[in-house]
Amino acid sequence: MTTATKGGAGTAHTRVEGRDKVTGAARYAGEIPFADLAHGWLVLSTVARGRVRALDAEAVLAMPGVLTVLHHGNAPRVDTGFTGMMGVPPDPSTGLFQHDRVPHMGWPVALVVAETSEQAREAAEALVVHYEREPHDVAFSARRESEAYPLDGHVPAVMEKGDLEAELAASAVVVDAEYTTPEEHHNPMEPHAAAARWEGGRLEVVDSNQGTGWVAGELAHLFSLDPASVRVRSEHVGGGFGSKGTRAHQVAAVMAATVLQRPVRVVLTRRQMFSLAGHRSPTAQRVRLGADANGRLRALEHRSLNQTSTVHDFVEPSAAASRSMYAADAHHTASRLVKLDVPTPTWMRAPGEAPGSFALESALDELAERCGVDPIDLRIRNEPAVGPVSGLPFGGRNLVACFREGARRFGWAGRDPRPGLRREGRWLLGTGMAAASFPVMAMPSTASVTAETDGTFTVRINAADIGTGARTALTLVAADALEVPADRVRVRIGDSDLGPAMIAGGSAGTRSWGWAVTEAAEELRRSLAPGADIPPEGVTVRSDTSRALGALAQKERHSFGAQFAEVAVDPATGEVRVRRMLGIFAAGRIVNPLTARSQLVGGMAWGISMALHEEAVRDRASGGLYGADLAGYHVAAHADVPHIEADWVDDRDPDDPVGIKGIGEVGIVGAAAAVANAVWHATGVRHRDLPIRPDRVLLAGADA
Amino acid sequence: MPPSTSSDLTLSVNGEKYALTVDHRTTLLDALRERLDLTGTKKGCDQGQCGACTVLVDGRRKVACLHLAVAAEGREITTIEGVAEGERLHPVQQAFLDLDGFQCGYCTPGQICSAIAVIEEHAAGWPSAVTGDVRPEAGPPPLTPEEIRERMSGNLCRCGAYVSIVQAVARAAQETNGAAA
Repeated sequence: MTTATKGGAGTAHTRVEGRDKVTGAARYAGEIPFADLAHGWLVLSTVARGRVRALDAEAVLAMPGVLTVLHHGNAPRVDTGFTGMMGVPPDPSTGLFQHDRVPHMGWPVALVVAETSEQAREAAEALVVHYEREPHDVAFSARRESEAYPLDGHVPAVMEKGDLEAELAASAVVVDAEYTTPEEHHNPMEPHAAAARWEGGRLEVVDSNQGTGWVAGELAHLFSLDPASVRVRSEHVGGGFGSKGTRAHQVAAVMAATVLQRPVRVVLTRRQMFSLAGHRSPTAQRVRLGADANGRLRALEHRSLNQTSTVHDFVEPSAAASRSMYAADAHHTASRLVKLDVPTPTWMRAPGEAPGSFALESALDELAERCGVDPIDLRIRNEPAVGPVSGLPFGGRNLVACFREGARRFGWAGRDPRPGLRREGRWLLGTGMAAASFPVMAMPSTASVTAETDGTFTVRINAADIGTGARTALTLVAADALEVPADRVRVRIGDSDLGPAMIAGGSAGTRSWGWAVTEAAEELRRSLAPGADIPPEGVTVRSDTSRALGALAQKERHSFGAQFAEVAVDPATGEVRVRRMLGIFAAGRIVNPLTARSQLVGGMAWGISMALHEEAVRDRASGGLYGADLAGYHVAAHADVPHIEADWVDDRDPDDPVGIKGIGEVGIVGAAAAVANAVWHATGVRHRDLPIRPDRVLLAGADA
Repeated sequence: MPPSTSSDLTLSVNGEKYALTVDHRTTLLDALRERLDLTGTKKGCDQGQCGACTVLVDGRRKVACLHLAVAAEGREITTIEGVAEGERLHPVQQAFLDLDGFQCGYCTPGQICSAIAVIEEHAAGWPSAVTGDVRPEAGPPPLTPEEIRERMSGNLCRCGAYVSIVQAVARAAQETNGAAA
């Protein structure tokens, strides 16, 4: 049931599952009841490097309700030697209890399973684990670059065009600056949770993830099972942001369900998520820009360093974000990584683009200042006609339209560029802007659409709605393709039995799924004769977008945006308050304006959080984090987030049957830079290290 | 005889009485979710930092993860499952739905329970940390967006739905007692 305006794509529509979510009826993974359910609790290492010498399991097995203790000495074997659906090996923590080595603090060393969660928790906390400790190294900094190595991830690590040093030498103005961003954690509100059981010879897992097919495929590989014998369901997901793939908890639940032959649920605690759910690596970046006196770029260099674990290579491609933004005669970008005794990083909302845009868009602001050019004009002067490195045509680049519309609505005209001039009581005021971009992708997906005898339609696609509004968007897309009102369409998602489809990731979910749904729905509409009888089993049409996607011409496909922020800075306390933000995006056709606006505004709120608050601090002595919870790791709360407006310009993608590009990540890109640039405008001090904490504001003031 | 580790008690939730035996370690949150199958109340951190488990205990908002079930006997507990009147949503629920005051929905029951209490606390004249004039005779301050943000700050939303939540709370407050400024 909805209270929405009638209509298909392009009209505001409340979420189809919205009533269930506001009444508490929507059940998430840890909330599905099972008869005879047992509860597993993970035990994590308390050393950052070494070996498990022994575990005192006997004492714990004698505790009330304890059913088993799994560890490297008795756990079922799993096979981690495969490449998963996303083209990378599984997270190393899925190789659960396979050896005695401890590669980082918070590595899973045992699972205690008991009749109740209280019993499991107490026994897990009572389990004594003896370690052979080894010295560890968790010290990330720009000084580690000499040890770093490049690694091609989804994009090449290093790309070079032109003679960088010659162009820098010939430049009238050079900006050479270093930027850092800290270790950040996704922290979806719903902790990772999975329940596993064997049912009729099939492994069934109820999970909270971003792609049930992805997780089912990896579990099948891990446990050497026929893929058809694994079913993973994930109906409602309490946020993901990149962290909800296959992780230790699902593997633990499957192991325990196999050993005990009864259903077992394993839920990560909030604190466990800080070492088992992945994180965004800290980055150390250097940007060198060389320009003519009028601001035209001759040289653009962006180098980025990130950390990874000793057991997995993960690259945060922060420098790659610069490759599509600005034209320059010489254009060098490189992302490198250094191995440390830390948990394995992973994708986190706008991987690469979020930290990379902070460095690049801050440097552009510094260049604008040095050249005496308005920051928007500077960017427009360096707009590329084709991909600055690739030479490929753009699949739509409406960035200038975003600047113009944003400037108009934000009131940018007449802005005095000089910093430190505006005062309101104890506050210094400033405004800043930045550009945003995020790649547009699609992955092959399958869908089916069934015409039912009662005149309704059922869409089956293994999509995931992690809060994006995908379920609702696909309802509208299907209704449009079928040429029927949205209330005659129901959409089933979140079940690996529905067939292969893209995960909720890379801002590519709704584009990938919408493509498949449109293909099937249009064919069904064409095949149904008006007034014809529908047989009892309905009429079903299936689609697979593999061929259509394979035939796509190569282009630079991106969503774009312009971010604007106004801040107030109290130089006496160091407090920074964002007073308002505006983002104007060119992000393809907007299917559901209501939920799209929420998603873009949410991304911008992440940008505020990244600019001012989020920072996981690693203790060099223990190798673990200080305050690994929501008190020690501050994410933006209500009082931190002002009125944020997000809107868009017309930007339909002609190569997509629906016109979609993708909106999940572009909202955070550039947002932190816009805030940092506004802080400079307010105070005259550049903040090149995030987050812009009060102590940093105060110390910068002391230096000035 | 070893000391008992569980107790028989009666919980009063959403106007219903539930007799159950609970482990003394069981939080009110786990009793609701695991024993009474009232899973609308969410567990986001289990240590009082996120607000996802906010319920109303004798009309006041509490985080159920920091409340032991054995200490909840004799209290009237209201959860998200108990705030609507039959099929008619509470004005706060309706406003969250209409204005898209959520994305993933996991913090939503806590936000809604908190908002219901915020509107009542405000109407009763309680000041907040951002209230300018806190003298009793000044009466309730206007329920500005700033007041709503301050009063709702115990409820984290990682999707960043704060802007719509503030609008939803303001609308519901206006409908309930004409309080929004």
